[in-house]
Amino acid sequence: MRFRKLNFSESINEAMILSMKRDKNIICYGLGVDDPKRIFGTTKKLKELFGSKRVFDVPVSENALTGIGVGSSLNGLRPVMVHQRLDFFLYAMEQLINNAAKWSYVFGGVKSLPLTIRLIIGRGWGQGPTHSQSLQSLFLHIPGLKVVMPSNSYQAKGLLNAAIFDNNPVLYLEHRWLYNNYAHVPKKFYKLSLDQPQILKKGKDITIVSMGYMTNEAIISDKILRSYGIQSEIIDMCVMSPLNLTKIFNSIKKTKHLLVLDTSTSICSLSSEILSQIFRGCFNDLKSKPEILSLPHVPQPSSFGLTKNFYKDYIDIIKIVKKILRINKNIRFKKNKRTFHDVPDKKFKGPF
Amino acid sequence: MKNINRAVLKKILYKMLLIRETELEISRRYSENQMRCPTHLSIGQECVPSVVGTFTNNHDLCVSTHRSHAHYLGKGGSLKKFISELYGKSTGCSKGRGGSMHLTDLNAGFVASTAIVSSTIPVGVGLGLSSKILGKKQIIIIYLGDASVEEGVFFESLNFAIIKKIPTIFVCENNFFSVYSPLSVRQPVNREIYKMVKGCHIKSYKANGNSFKNVISVFLKAKKIIKNDSQPIFLEFETYRRFEHCGPNLDDHLNYRSKNEIAFWKKKDPINILQNFLIKKSWMSYHAINIMKNLIRKKINLSFQYANKSPFPIKKDLSKYLYK
Repeated sequence: MRFRKLNFSESINEAMILSMKRDKNIICYGLGVDDPKRIFGTTKKLKELFGSKRVFDVPVSENALTGIGVGSSLNGLRPVMVHQRLDFFLYAMEQLINNAAKWSYVFGGVKSLPLTIRLIIGRGWGQGPTHSQSLQSLFLHIPGLKVVMPSNSYQAKGLLNAAIFDNNPVLYLEHRWLYNNYAHVPKKFYKLSLDQPQILKKGKDITIVSMGYMTNEAIISDKILRSYGIQSEIIDMCVMSPLNLTKIFNSIKKTKHLLVLDTSTSICSLSSEILSQIFRGCFNDLKSKPEILSLPHVPQPSSFGLTKNFYKDYIDIIKIVKKILRINKNIRFKKNKRTFHDVPDKKFKGPF
Repeated sequence: MKNINRAVLKKILYKMLLIRETELEISRRYSENQMRCPTHLSIGQECVPSVVGTFTNNHDLCVSTHRSHAHYLGKGGSLKKFISELYGKSTGCSKGRGGSMHLTDLNAGFVASTAIVSSTIPVGVGLGLSSKILGKKQIIIIYLGDASVEEGVFFESLNFAIIKKIPTIFVCENNFFSVYSPLSVRQPVNREIYKMVKGCHIKSYKANGNSFKNVISVFLKAKKIIKNDSQPIFLEFETYRRFEHCGPNLDDHLNYRSKNEIAFWKKKDPINILQNFLIKKSWMSYHAINIMKNLIRKKINLSFQYANKSPFPIKKDLSKYLYK
């Protein structure tokens, strides 16, 4: 069987194993990569297969370890660094922005810097302000970085392979709520393009640009809307930097309507940047005011009470699509069986 | 001192004079406004990088700080490419993108200098990690200053190098000042840097950074230890920058350093110490030293001419090298 269903973490794990088999210069380090939980299973078997020279736990020193990633990549290795939460990686901004991002440019391209940094974005179960920040937009501001954010298992494997074998620093953002999502994933080693976003659904009525976990919600909303004859074209910003909006421009020429979904707040974000470029680049193609669906501009609260309606889902998407397309008729659908708003499924709780 | 012989000392003197004369020429020509970037001159601090450069080879790697001219030249970095970089020319070592604070010459094993205090320390440790995992048998030189040990990333990097037994020599040049801020406002008085570092479980030594004898002896000791057993070593060298923190001039009139202190270090000029030794031993004559100096000056002049004639990078290449 060439295709089988893998969930997001199995898919990441498979990419790690296949990549490390192909190139003995790949190393993998980060807090807990060889601990009993193996980063939600994503680093399973790595130490057993490749040894403790190539797979190792580290001190809690995010900034130095980013610089060490820079240095080791300049001297022959391809490091993959893992952070169980993006929020801790904020310690490493100096090394990321001043060194990793600028190295190729500042030194006139004398050395490549193949460094992959995996950053996990949390959400729900009260993780709150400093364990669930989706800070992709911060990184997009820095020239010289590549930033990817897969939204399904197929992308997870192909983009991670591509990131590891790319000769530039790549930030690989993983949304924790995608970990139990399954998709068909080829067994073989494959790489996906690091040049541009992907069109996940073709449609003629509205362009929905999405990212990470929100793409899941977009796909659910599209299924419902299609049963009413409304087709969304879903463009997934799985590759965010370098930013290439050609597919979005072309899509808007066809659909004339735009909705952008963001996993974070919209001020100075990828979603606002997309709108800005669309206004400047193809204003005349639009037949309605484009919209952004994003989070309120406050830190993510921890309270079960405050997170209700804080995050947006397919129901919010349907509402806003109706508004954009001026659809008056009632759209009925069976609500999904998620028991509580702060977990993706029943298993999701406790230490994670 | 079996390692001190005539040939080695001549080599060290050559490097010291190359650094000194280059820096003086930069200082003289700075007002021509052709070098349009900040420069941190190393005048007074030539000894350590000259010794380190003499006792490492091109296979050994080195990273450095904002005050990196001496480290680059000491390690054998191309003079022409260096001056061209100061001129912002496409023939510069970083093709005009980096300027004085971002130097590189991989042929000489000089990987990089960068501008932010302590920023290259983890990079150096990473170079060493690679070297160790891949069995490259390189020694990694990490230059830092006295203020570097005030940054968290210094301790993070040191700790990792110790745990992983990474073959790095931390070369700390203590010149007592961070811009105008003296050590006394930055670190507890009487707490010596090398002693504090020793507390982290690493072999750590201190020497007079202007005395070629002391620098050679402690540096070779460090090399020997690493050769026998891969590990990081910390070396603190006391030295003194003669010119202002950044720029081509003296700034003694600002009085942030006492006249006595300045006079004290003037007497300890590392080049005078080495020259006097060579002459006393009759290993070199005044005349021979002058011939060496003239040859160096010629080389420097040619490098400035080369930089001057070189073209600027072209606008169409603005985003070249953004990605590899």
